[in-house]
Amino acid sequence: MTEPVLDARGITKHYGTVVALDGANFTAYPGEVTALIGDNGAGKSTLTKILSGAVRPDSGQILVDGAPVSMNSPLDARRHGIETVYQDLALAPDLDAAANLHLGRELYWFRPLHILNKPAMRKRAVAAFAELGVQLKDVTAPVVTLSGGQRQSVAVARAVAYASKVIFMDEPTAALGVVQRERVLDNIRRVRDRGIAVMLISHNMPEVLAVSDRVEVLRMGRRVARFQAADATVEKLVGAMTGALTTEDAEEAGETTK
Amino acid sequence: MSTSSGVDRLIDGPAASAGRGRLLAGRTLAAGETWVFGALIILIVVFTLLSPGKFLSTTTFNLTAQTTAPFLVMAIGETFVILTAGIDLSVGFVLVLAGVVADKYYMANGGPNASVGTIWLGALLGLAAGAAFGGLQGVAVAKLKIPPLIATLMGLGVAEGLSYSITGGADLPSVPNKLVSSLGQGSFAGVSWVIIVSFLATLVFGLILTFTRFGRYTYAIGSNPESAERVGVNVDRHLIKVYALAGLLSGLAGIMNLAYFSSTTISDHPLDNLTVITAVVIGGASLFGGRGTMIGTFIGAFIPELLAAGLNIKGVNQYWQYIITGLVLGAAVYLDQVRRRLRERG
Repeated sequence: MTEPVLDARGITKHYGTVVALDGANFTAYPGEVTALIGDNGAGKSTLTKILSGAVRPDSGQILVDGAPVSMNSPLDARRHGIETVYQDLALAPDLDAAANLHLGRELYWFRPLHILNKPAMRKRAVAAFAELGVQLKDVTAPVVTLSGGQRQSVAVARAVAYASKVIFMDEPTAALGVVQRERVLDNIRRVRDRGIAVMLISHNMPEVLAVSDRVEVLRMGRRVARFQAADATVEKLVGAMTGALTTEDAEEAGETTK
Repeated sequence: MSTSSGVDRLIDGPAASAGRGRLLAGRTLAAGETWVFGALIILIVVFTLLSPGKFLSTTTFNLTAQTTAPFLVMAIGETFVILTAGIDLSVGFVLVLAGVVADKYYMANGGPNASVGTIWLGALLGLAAGAAFGGLQGVAVAKLKIPPLIATLMGLGVAEGLSYSITGGADLPSVPNKLVSSLGQGSFAGVSWVIIVSFLATLVFGLILTFTRFGRYTYAIGSNPESAERVGVNVDRHLIKVYALAGLLSGLAGIMNLAYFSSTTISDHPLDNLTVITAVVIGGASLFGGRGTMIGTFIGAFIPELLAAGLNIKGVNQYWQYIITGLVLGAAVYLDQVRRRLRERG
């Protein structure tokens, strides 16, 4: 059995009297797409924010490659090789693709004065997009002039360029058309094939089944089920999300894990 | 190797480069500074034809550039502020405050006969006062989350009040002679020092805006502050620096103003802020942040002044300058809206 690259145990988070997470677990393995699903309010987005360093948990443990880590900011997460593709992509629309790819991690001609090495950044951006198979006509065009799918590709390429272990993708296809959606799913598979753990947060069940290797289900702040995508059906997933079916904390938990 | 062939395709593919040519043409057309550069050329051509031999002369150039110099220096800082989607209304008042601080120091240290060392120190004090004042406004914007319009309106009042209470409401005497004869009225190779200083500042900060991380973060924050924050840019700290820079450059304009007029001119700058914002906006910067250039601001600062000079030479009532500048400003903002809509549709 492979060692999990990211293992969250007993994560709790309260917002005032509201319990967002109530001892939630989550496990991701290298070279696998793990989908995290759950109804609205199940705690998906809180868990994602905690694992990407944006929010601090009240209690619980996060292990990266088996070692406990503390995630106090997105920068901490990045240091552990964890990158996030946000639902709104977190791009600067007036800057070009190359600038966005390096935003916050610029390359310099002369570091003491922070003079940018634009040609080097452009070259690396072209290489990063080529590696993902993304065709961008011009990496020096402001990203606001790109299509939704291309913008998505820029955000994914940025995450891929720096993630050594885990990439979170928060509803990556929510705003896209059919063709672009296929491209993003291709991107996800490519990233996985590089040995990186992909965590996919999505509402779209058929898409989850199409692209993921495993599915973890959150309900009311706890992990209630884990499936191998091959064994899962939309009915089973919906059952787990709504509480009709619970496998975790039950005897069969063992057989659904890896 | 598949990766490198992918790169080659992207860099050298004929289809891609043709597309890039079209994109480049489209972008040049869409860029604010292209329009404003065209307007500048038309302005010069029209006035040259209307007043042959008079408009296009070194005298006109020198006089116009001298009048423009302090506005240009303030407009440099304002460009950074507007690029972050902010605004600084305090510029003309910080100019006066810096001049007052410097001259107060000169009064206590030799007055008109102050030494060169004293002059430098007084100027540095003025610059420091401007930067500190701007930095505090930056704190109000970044940390207290007071909208820039209000934070700098507040700052405007404080700067004006400070200047009046330090001076007692009358301009201070005792501007050092050596300051007036050098920076104020002196020239180098036939070009006034105030012009040289304003052009050098434009060049230096234009390079900083285009080629350094400071410039890139300025654009990024104006483009989308949340995105900038999430990729690790310290947005608050950068905003404070940007407002401090605007204050510093207002301070520099204050020293230039003090030297040029040999006076603190405390009541002469209530509308400088509008002149400066007009220059930046005519220069193609977007009030929504994220877009604009230093070359645009440079041209934008000169258009109203050249207009005034041309009308003056023609003997036309100068008040037309305000009307035409107003219309040009309206056109610049309208063009920005149109560009924005076109771009976001595509």
